[in-house]
Amino acid sequence: MDVILFLIFAIIAVVCAINVVVQTHPISSAISLVGVMGSLAILYLTLGAEFLAAAQVIVYAGAVMVLFVFVIMLLNAGAETKKGQSSMALFLGGPLLVALLILLVWFVQSRYSETVHFGGFRGGSAQDVGRALFTTYLLPFEVTSILILIAILGAIVLARKEMD
Amino acid sequence: MDAFIVISLIKIVVVFAVLMTTLAYLQWVERKVIAHIQIRPGPYRVGPHGLLQPLADVIKLITKEDLVPPYVNKPLYLAAPFMAITMALLSISVIPFGPVIQVAGYQTAMQLTDLNIGVLFVLAVSSMGVYGIALAGWSSNNKYALLGGLRSSAQMISYELPLSLTIAAPLLISNTLSLRTLVDRQTGGIWHWNVIHGGQIVSFLIFLIAAFAETNRVPFDLPEAENELVAGFHTEYSSMKFASFFMAEYANMITVSCMAVLLFLGGWDAPWPAQYGSSLVPAAIFAFAGVVALYHGMHAARRRDAKTLPVFGIVFFIIAAVFLLPMMQSWLVPLFWFCAKTGSILFLYMWIRGTLPRFRYDQLMGFTWKFLFPVAVLNLLVTGFVVALVS
Repeated sequence: MDVILFLIFAIIAVVCAINVVVQTHPISSAISLVGVMGSLAILYLTLGAEFLAAAQVIVYAGAVMVLFVFVIMLLNAGAETKKGQSSMALFLGGPLLVALLILLVWFVQSRYSETVHFGGFRGGSAQDVGRALFTTYLLPFEVTSILILIAILGAIVLARKEMD
Repeated sequence: MDAFIVISLIKIVVVFAVLMTTLAYLQWVERKVIAHIQIRPGPYRVGPHGLLQPLADVIKLITKEDLVPPYVNKPLYLAAPFMAITMALLSISVIPFGPVIQVAGYQTAMQLTDLNIGVLFVLAVSSMGVYGIALAGWSSNNKYALLGGLRSSAQMISYELPLSLTIAAPLLISNTLSLRTLVDRQTGGIWHWNVIHGGQIVSFLIFLIAAFAETNRVPFDLPEAENELVAGFHTEYSSMKFASFFMAEYANMITVSCMAVLLFLGGWDAPWPAQYGSSLVPAAIFAFAGVVALYHGMHAARRRDAKTLPVFGIVFFIIAAVFLLPMMQSWLVPLFWFCAKTGSILFLYMWIRGTLPRFRYDQLMGFTWKFLFPVAVLNLLVTGFVVALVS
């Protein structure tokens, strides 16, 4: 069951990821990215990390990507045109891509040889994540929040300049 | 395992059928309520008191021509209503309606599935619902639809923040993310509910306001302001595609009302404990309705009423008797309280639609960012402090 679920959603994730690059229209790319994030969330869920799955959907698919789509709609960005495709990219890129994939498979195989089972990961509940964030990873957590605060302030400063 | 699957399938069918009927009749109720607020009869022609109007509307919507305008982005244009209705119906699957009950020897919860991240699931699904509206507006290739879609996505992103923050406050008090446990921690009467016991009256009000905006209802229905935007994001949609947006709006209303009841109003818990007679209230209400119907049947204003009203009276008496049966009481009374609370909030929706004018767009945005959001943050901070001090 978990293998079937994994295969279905892994394939959806990869197809959507390729679609992000292939599509010429920004909105279609953005929607494909939502597909990638949704299937990633389900993969997290099959692993037993339910909080991460929910956070993935709420934050990335539900907030960040909605803003992406919103901005694309607001700017009314048109479809991109394909031009200047060099044949060099195909000749060099194809073999390089295959080499990279082989390298990646070999690396993962040699490093992480044990298989993962459905629900094999304990500690993905909201309580566990919260405890880990506020004890083990307190410093990175706080530093990240300050980083986000700086980003918000930066956004306000930039927007102000525009208005004057 | 087999029993589990069969019970789940039965539950899915029952919940789906009830939800669909409620969706259709909610619209009839809304038209009636607004009509009576504006002193007119409302739907009256199809069936007695227009009771068959929803059926007529469904037939009309199905048989209308399903038009796809030229120059639309076809895949997204077709996917948008589907997305909207799917996301709206999906979140009902984690909403609990009543306690765990025994049916023919099997123990089952009055809920499709109890997730331990139920609250987050509802938030995630409802945040995905924005895509349906935004993409409908964009893919229609119509400037009014685009403006409607833009307005609604901006509005839903903005109001999601105070909404999530106010949900966090009762979660802090109840210390759980499962909707069923949330209700279990509030049982024991009105003074145990989060809105009283946890002092969450502020976050309850913010939740209600943000919920109105999330479901694009008056006074926040800017995305479909007809005098500015024709019909907003669904201008180019006809037939069942239009109906799916319509159904999605009403399904979202029901979900949000259920969430308000579960988070703040104690779910299916009676306002006071059963030993002081709260389980007799539903029977008393229906018996009273029966008496009123019989009385008006005796002194009929029209000749027809002398026949129909006594029938209604007897039906009400039978319902009241059913509520008194001990075997039915264990699940019917909690269900009654849940529906009564949800219905009250839905009535509030209609009441406000009948009485309040629409916001201006800058007022809408200023209201959430300059008022609702800071108050929600403050409320969360205070709640956090109190919870930390008490525990």
